Amino acid sequence: MGELASQKHVQFIVSVEKKKDSFESVVMEHIRMNGAYWGLTALDLLGKLHVVDVEEVVSWVLQCQDDSGGFGGNIGHDPHVLYTLSAVQVLALFDKLDVLDIEKVASYVAGLQNEDGSFSGDMWGEIDTRFSYIAISCLSLLHRLDKINVEKAVNYILSCKNHDGGFGCTPGAESHAGQIFCCVGALAITGSLHHIDKDLLGWWLCERQDNKTGGLNGRPEKLPDVCYSWWALSSLIMIDRVHWINKDKLIKFILDCQDIENGGISDRPDDAVDVYHTYFGVAGLSLLEYPGLKAIDPAYALPVDVVDRIILDR
Amino acid sequence: MHGRPRKAAKPEDEAASAAQAQELRALQSQLLSNHHNKIYTDEAQQLSAKLVQQNPESYTAWNYRKLVVQHNLAQSESDPDSLKSILDQELGLVESALKQNFKSYGAWHHRKWVLSKGHSVLDRELKLLKRFQQSDPRNFHAWNYRRFVAALLNRSEEEELDYTREMIEHNFSNYSAWHNRSVLLCNLMKKKSQGFFPKEKVLNDEYEHVHDAIFTDPDDQSGWFYYLWLLDQTVKTDAPLLVASWPAHESDVILSRNRRSDDSSFSPFDSFHSDSGTIPLILYFNQAVEGVNSSTITIESSFCTKDLNWKPLLQNNSQLSQVWVTHIKFPDVKPHSSEAYQLKISVGQSQGIISASGIHYSHPTQLAFKVCLRPIETEPATKKGGHRILWRDENFHMYQPQSQEPDEVVPIDQLIINDHEPTASNWRAETIANEIALFRELSELNCKIGKLTLARLLTAHDVILSPRTSKMAHSEEVLELYTDLIKLDPLHSQYYKDEHSLVLLQKVTSNRESLLNHCFSYKNLASSSIGNDICLRLSNLSLSRMGSIEKLLWVQMLDLSHNELHSIEGLEAMQLLSCLNLSNNKLGSLTALGPLRLLKSLEVLDISYNEIGSHTIDRTRYLCSTPLSHTEETSWNSDEIVTGGASVKDNWEAVLIFKSMSLTQLAIVGNAISGENFKSLLVKLVPTLEWLDGDKLH
Ligand SMILES: [Zn+2]
Repeated sequence: MGELASQKHVQFIVSVEKKKDSFESVVMEHIRMNGAYWGLTALDLLGKLHVVDVEEVVSWVLQCQDDSGGFGGNIGHDPHVLYTLSAVQVLALFDKLDVLDIEKVASYVAGLQNEDGSFSGDMWGEIDTRFSYIAISCLSLLHRLDKINVEKAVNYILSCKNHDGGFGCTPGAESHAGQIFCCVGALAITGSLHHIDKDLLGWWLCERQDNKTGGLNGRPEKLPDVCYSWWALSSLIMIDRVHWINKDKLIKFILDCQDIENGGISDRPDDAVDVYHTYFGVAGLSLLEYPGLKAIDPAYALPVDVVDRIILDR
Repeated sequence: MHGRPRKAAKPEDEAASAAQAQELRALQSQLLSNHHNKIYTDEAQQLSAKLVQQNPESYTAWNYRKLVVQHNLAQSESDPDSLKSILDQELGLVESALKQNFKSYGAWHHRKWVLSKGHSVLDRELKLLKRFQQSDPRNFHAWNYRRFVAALLNRSEEEELDYTREMIEHNFSNYSAWHNRSVLLCNLMKKKSQGFFPKEKVLNDEYEHVHDAIFTDPDDQSGWFYYLWLLDQTVKTDAPLLVASWPAHESDVILSRNRRSDDSSFSPFDSFHSDSGTIPLILYFNQAVEGVNSSTITIESSFCTKDLNWKPLLQNNSQLSQVWVTHIKFPDVKPHSSEAYQLKISVGQSQGIISASGIHYSHPTQLAFKVCLRPIETEPATKKGGHRILWRDENFHMYQPQSQEPDEVVPIDQLIINDHEPTASNWRAETIANEIALFRELSELNCKIGKLTLARLLTAHDVILSPRTSKMAHSEEVLELYTDLIKLDPLHSQYYKDEHSLVLLQKVTSNRESLLNHCFSYKNLASSSIGNDICLRLSNLSLSRMGSIEKLLWVQMLDLSHNELHSIEGLEAMQLLSCLNLSNNKLGSLTALGPLRLLKSLEVLDISYNEIGSHTIDRTRYLCSTPLSHTEETSWNSDEIVTGGASVKDNWEAVLIFKSMSLTQLAIVGNAISGENFKSLLVKLVPTLEWLDGDKLH
């Protein structure tokens, strides 16, 4: 088995910022805030957050804020909870949450809760349990969970629970590892994990591990993919069933997806690398207790020291 | 980001890519500029159309399109034809964007948004979906959209159910279709729609249906979870039921008010010590319920037991719990006389106990037991801590039932209070028997799902057929199946190991003889105390998980050492526990000890030689009550005083866990966390502590 090419990955993450002119980066321009969160969290887990210019990042993040209090995916783009959480997470990494008008950000997020407890992603009304997670995680990091009806929010998430123990994006929708992370994470942060049938969900999740490659897929009969090393694995940890998968084989799968020469991690071996999979690969390895990486919190998807600092240190 | 091959870019590709990028960038900045300046000219509209087709993920462009549609609708002055043409044109645009990227959240939502304006022909949507779903039958956006359109069209659930059948018959390897089928069927059965009642008939058909999938390709997971759902529908009882209690029905509890009583004339299984003359009353249900309180649980006795405080045994603030406890205080009687009390507990006489799914407790149950208060001995009371408990083999002796018949010693039958629904069980038993016969064949082919399903079926069979005695007639066979599976599917060996542990514990607790084999009298020969303690020793059994707790509510001294436990979830129900040995297990963190915080009688704890402090990732971080899950307040300042300077923030888990315990003995040696600093913190956190790692503290 190879080793984690940490130095190469750091170089890759830093270099992505500079390749603004490639077609891929233009296509992804509108989600640059997510990209910043992925890249910077990966750097922090690798112990290299100090290579970035904090002031530059913070000032760019603030330029993405809309008058409503929400954040867009890049300067000039419309606000949406997807980027608002990423913005808060990036500032949290640098211990810079105090640059925010917290009340304003919290009001934007809380204002998106609907009567049935669900959350819209923005003013246009798309509803998804991803947005429930985002709202809950974001408000918790801002110590403003009291601005929403948590009980209704939990009940809406529970209405999206399926017979296989998993969760979908709306009631009746199919279980998907990414969606399961969001729902389990939201239930974890609100102290509501007792609503989950841990054995049933745990079996579904552990069967995501593929016998041949050791990688995890996101739904039955789908291909394994490095990003599910995060979505499925973090869920398994939160419900204390992570021992039901084989850690060594998963570590090997993630390491096999590295581009050893140029850095970066891809979805599957020999595919093109990107920041998204680089982050989820590194985060997955952290959850697997790979040596030399900082520990990551399975619910907030931030390094444990960052979460402890924010939540415990009041 | 998915499925693109990794290759070094050729110079000519790079040039082409740069040109493309430049064009897209121009489009994007022009769109943002139009958007910010609220420009909705034809030219601006066309530019946005071009952009969403080139990059369907550009959410701001879709938002702009919504403003365009609103602008155009306002201009059309409610002329129905032009309204319709504006919306149709928009649907056409979404369709071509979806062809570019079938997985674009923005495009799918835009389509829903347009449809919600009305005026569109919905039948066309179903045709479109059919085309999309043929090319990608698992696309979850398309399935979600289908549910949305079906609801708008008021299509019947029967029609949609037929559609899932069609999809499955075309190719059974379609988890999405099976999933949708389970949702639809569940609704139809709940509504008792025509043809979907009684559910027995429906389930039989579905078993047939899913057999085709599983037996055609047993390795394909598409039918696995559907089958498990069917099995659950067959076996489970929706109604909340009481399954066990302490004190058990018809038991005689001996309550002594000082510690060591050497009177061995009564059964030690039912004797309980309490200085204050208080006993816990534990109710164990088959599922989590709420509404357990002094109006739903009534107690008849010769003394006042009004307004008892019922508490859910949970590690969070929920009021939904499978196990509930209250404490009954007996009247103070003269120290030297004994007194017997009859208590009658009625559960669910008045409505209010209710399950998570909203089903009321409808099997009113009565339990009656007798509590005999022993006279207080004259000799001074000695705390257990005064005599150190030594978990050495020589201090344990096979329990020998004395004056009484062994039958009456271990309160095992009395624990199971309810058996019920005899009528439905015929069909259930028959169905399970048929399935067992089928899966036996598959199991013999060394097939994983065959063996696993057979093990689950046999366990279900035992539970259904003998709810009262829980004879577990098939436990040997089930244990063997899990042993086979560990070898057959090593990737998931720990899952099978956990299941193996649960079945083993069911077996051990299934009858009096096997349980008696694990019961020992504890006598510390080195000390002068003559104990009358019974210890349940479940050590050296390779247990990776605890179970069958409802059979063990009476246990006060428990030895679980030398197993492979990494979790003690469920142990919080054992409210009588005063001595617990968890040494030489795999407990990985302090938060894993969370259940112990609810054991108010616990005095002696051995957690030596575990893995506490060896892991960077804490798997019970969110199952334990902590500030991270908003189930515990932080009050570090007052804790700072308790710990006398040691950093509370760096040791917050230890503070949370140990602060609420009143241990007299603790062993923690052999854990990475257990250094001198940590031990001195423990001494401050647990002022009642007399022994730490075998050393007398004061
Ligand atoms: Zn992926």
